Amino acid sequence: MNFSELFKLSGLLARFSPDGKCLASCVQYQLVVRDVSTLQILQLYTCLDQIQHIEWSSDSLFILCAMYKRGIVQVWSLEQPAWHCKIDEGSAGLVASCWSPDGRHILNTTEFHLRITVWSLCTKSVSYIKYPKACQQGLVFSRDGRYMAVAERRDCKDFISIFVCTDWHLLRHFDTETQDLCGIEWSPNGCVLAAWDSCLEYKILLYSLDGRLLSTYQAYQWSLGIKSIAWSPSSQFLAVGSYDEKVRILNHVTWKKITEFEHPATIVNTKAIVYKEVEKSPSVETERLSFPPTRALASSLFSTQSKYEISQVPVSLQYVKPVADRANPKMGIGMMAFSPDNCFLATKNDSSPHTVWIWELQRLQLCAVLEQLGAIQAWQWEPRRSRLAVCTGSSRVYLWAPAGCLAVQVPTEADFQITAISWHPSGDSMALLSKDNFCVCYLEREE
Amino acid sequence: MGDWKTITVPVLSSDSKTIFQYTSEKKVTPPGMNSQVLRLPLPSSKSIHSSFSAFCTEDNIEQSISYLNRELTTLGFPSIYMESKGKEVNLISMINCMNELLVLQHKNLRAQEEVEMQHLKLGSDMDHLQNCYAKLKEQLELSKREIVGLQERDRQLQSKNRNLHQLLKNEKDEVQKLQNIISSRATQYNHDMKRKEREYNKLKERLHQLVMNKKDKKIAMEVLNYVGRADGKRGAWRTDKTEARNEEEMYKVLLSDYEQRQKQLLVENAELKKVLQQMKKEIISLLPPQKQKAKERSEDGPVLSDLEEDIGELNKENMWELSCETVREQLTNSIRKQWRMLKNHVEKLDNQVSRVHSEALDEKDVISREDHELETEKLELEIQQCKEMIKTQQQLLQQQLMSPCDDDTTLLLQDCYLLEERERLQEEWRLFREQKKNFEKERRSFTEAAIRLGLERKAFEEDRGAWLKQQFLSISTDYKHSENVTTPSAFLGSSDQDNRLPKSTSQQRKSHCMLNGPVSAEPCQTSQYTIHNSSSTVSKKPTGNSKPNQWVESDKEETK
Repeated sequence: MNFSELFKLSGLLARFSPDGKCLASCVQYQLVVRDVSTLQILQLYTCLDQIQHIEWSSDSLFILCAMYKRGIVQVWSLEQPAWHCKIDEGSAGLVASCWSPDGRHILNTTEFHLRITVWSLCTKSVSYIKYPKACQQGLVFSRDGRYMAVAERRDCKDFISIFVCTDWHLLRHFDTETQDLCGIEWSPNGCVLAAWDSCLEYKILLYSLDGRLLSTYQAYQWSLGIKSIAWSPSSQFLAVGSYDEKVRILNHVTWKKITEFEHPATIVNTKAIVYKEVEKSPSVETERLSFPPTRALASSLFSTQSKYEISQVPVSLQYVKPVADRANPKMGIGMMAFSPDNCFLATKNDSSPHTVWIWELQRLQLCAVLEQLGAIQAWQWEPRRSRLAVCTGSSRVYLWAPAGCLAVQVPTEADFQITAISWHPSGDSMALLSKDNFCVCYLEREE
Repeated sequence: MGDWKTITVPVLSSDSKTIFQYTSEKKVTPPGMNSQVLRLPLPSSKSIHSSFSAFCTEDNIEQSISYLNRELTTLGFPSIYMESKGKEVNLISMINCMNELLVLQHKNLRAQEEVEMQHLKLGSDMDHLQNCYAKLKEQLELSKREIVGLQERDRQLQSKNRNLHQLLKNEKDEVQKLQNIISSRATQYNHDMKRKEREYNKLKERLHQLVMNKKDKKIAMEVLNYVGRADGKRGAWRTDKTEARNEEEMYKVLLSDYEQRQKQLLVENAELKKVLQQMKKEIISLLPPQKQKAKERSEDGPVLSDLEEDIGELNKENMWELSCETVREQLTNSIRKQWRMLKNHVEKLDNQVSRVHSEALDEKDVISREDHELETEKLELEIQQCKEMIKTQQQLLQQQLMSPCDDDTTLLLQDCYLLEERERLQEEWRLFREQKKNFEKERRSFTEAAIRLGLERKAFEEDRGAWLKQQFLSISTDYKHSENVTTPSAFLGSSDQDNRLPKSTSQQRKSHCMLNGPVSAEPCQTSQYTIHNSSSTVSKKPTGNSKPNQWVESDKEETK
């Protein structure tokens, strides 16, 4: 593994282009586009205000930079650096901005979710979508980019509208049987739309592409419900994570639960491997100490090395009891991700925030548990293989693969606390982001 | 009868003494007589005599005889008097009577003995029974107490159980109540939420109106120039046709997804059916044929024909077309039947085996058991032998390891080990020396080649110098000679020495041309070259002398 040097970053905004050639990063007002292999600056754009969001278009030709405070979106072209485009929402305000799948339309959500404006870069047309719902995930595109589903709320009832992305034609509009629709998500094959209710009610509804209700699933009543959902890449499974610290897997044929995965505070009786991160105290040779201490020496003295040890079951995990009288308690399955080859599911129970649980889908069993020293900040599966990169806010990145687990220290002099990870589309490198810096890690390609 | 105490009976003969002595031991009294006389302890003969003499004296012989006669006759003995008269004593009858009395006495004594024996026995029995009775009474008491205790416990547990049930019911009621409360609160919150939402919507509408009304030019998009569509096509109007097309597209997507899924399911179904068929065949093969035939015979025609029909049908038809309900049901039913038959068969076998273990009547069983026993014996023998072998080996090992007595042998042994190691090491040394030699050879060849190259280079330089001189001279004299200024390629073609290394030398020469040919640069270059060369020889493995040419080339390429 090779690490690049640290570059400045702000707002955790570093994105690889979809074609994998460039890396865009923001430093305050400026947008820096670098080449992925050499990290040389290809383009440098200056925006009008501090950038809050950047996004590549699907053909990697354009980048949009959204500045929510000023309500402006600026679009830059990589082919023609002189080309510019500025969308000003003015007094309508801006809370969210994204590309359409064809890379030629920009969807802006105005303040208070008053409307969603569809600006076109090809024509002079502007479309409006009224009554969008202010929820966790109210605007989703299907993976093939053909359809867009929008959650709406009119007259205190929830609706879903399905649009065709080519001409923004409203295909279907139907109401949902939810109290308070919290989010919608397309299945990877684009034929099923999952809609789930807010955490006050455990309900997940499955709609077909043409708006028919296929099935409803409700595991229990009254207790806090769904916290997160994830589709498996083959659309065979739908994992539903809830506040009762369980993941329920539904199958795509009957939409019934096939199994539940529990996340207890103590693991007993399992064939899974438990990796525990332990600190290695750094060995310092007293002869080599010099005064004043060099930067490298100082950082190496104080940076703690760590490695993985395999713990024997029973293992008791760090458990944080959630405060009972607060809203949105820190418990339940908050993060879930399927591996791209559909073999593994990684889950995180927010009441054991230091633990990653990895489940094997072929046998529907727990396969590995990673117990970290710090709380898990972010993770991402490699886009091609089943490799999970995890970061916990330390200067180490952790990689898990079915063959084993690895803790890698990023060799930097400065204080580098990794809080986000972004893989390159080919899986050969990944960007490690912290609050102020980022670095790119190049992995050796396995032959 | 009379009070025997007063009459003194004279002793009749010595026999009667013994008789009386005899009788004195007995405690049982003959019927009718006063017990007190016999119960009197008569240890000494004198007292016997005295008692005997008490009955009959010289005075009352007649009376005593008549008395005796009366007694005897009443007892059923013949009279001791002579028949006709009354005073004459019939001695014979008296002796007979006496004998009879003696016999009677013996009998009585014996009977008494028996009775006393039985009495003892009965007494001991009774003691025993009393003990048993006492013990049983104790046990009964104990068990009664236990029962009472258990009953008490049972009662307590039951009451506890009832309490727990009650608690559970209370809890359930509470839970139900709480759920009701929650639901009512939820409806209340929903109602309130709806009210607030309506208000919020109104505000939003108002805000929207304001924003739209303002119509400030700010809400706009400035573009330098419009970009073409991603797919290069031009935009189209939204018409009904397009709407219909969109619908069509959507349904196509859905249909393709369903078709794909159906295909997968068909494939899965076919596989499962295959598996079921295989299972069925295997089950049929497992079942012993006789049993099957018997079963079939017993169950008559329909089963047999069913099975055959099933097999026939399902073998005939194509797997892919077996999708109708009836065929599927048939298959599953037939498999269930076969499975049940197999299960019964296995159960029967189990029973047989258990019977074999318990009984040993049947010859077959006996033989099998004998076989089994023989086998076990054989195995045990084997185990014994193995154990002995292990023991002997262990002993030998022990001896080897800890035999301080025989130094010579240990030294020998150590020497053996050392010898082995030494030989191994020597082998390795030999290999190592060989390799070293090879390395040396190659290094020498490389250095020779380098030297040669150096020499060639020098020669080339000299040639060049000479040639340039010539050129210069020729230029000054004849212009035509300028055509002969060919590149060093001419030299490349002519030199035979460089045939082996054509490419490399050309590169070298090119570099020299670039350097403007200061002679001092040569040794540096060559020295650089040798350094690289030596480093390469050290790092790379020896693969024979045929390779150095290629290596040299690659090295030179590297240095460039």
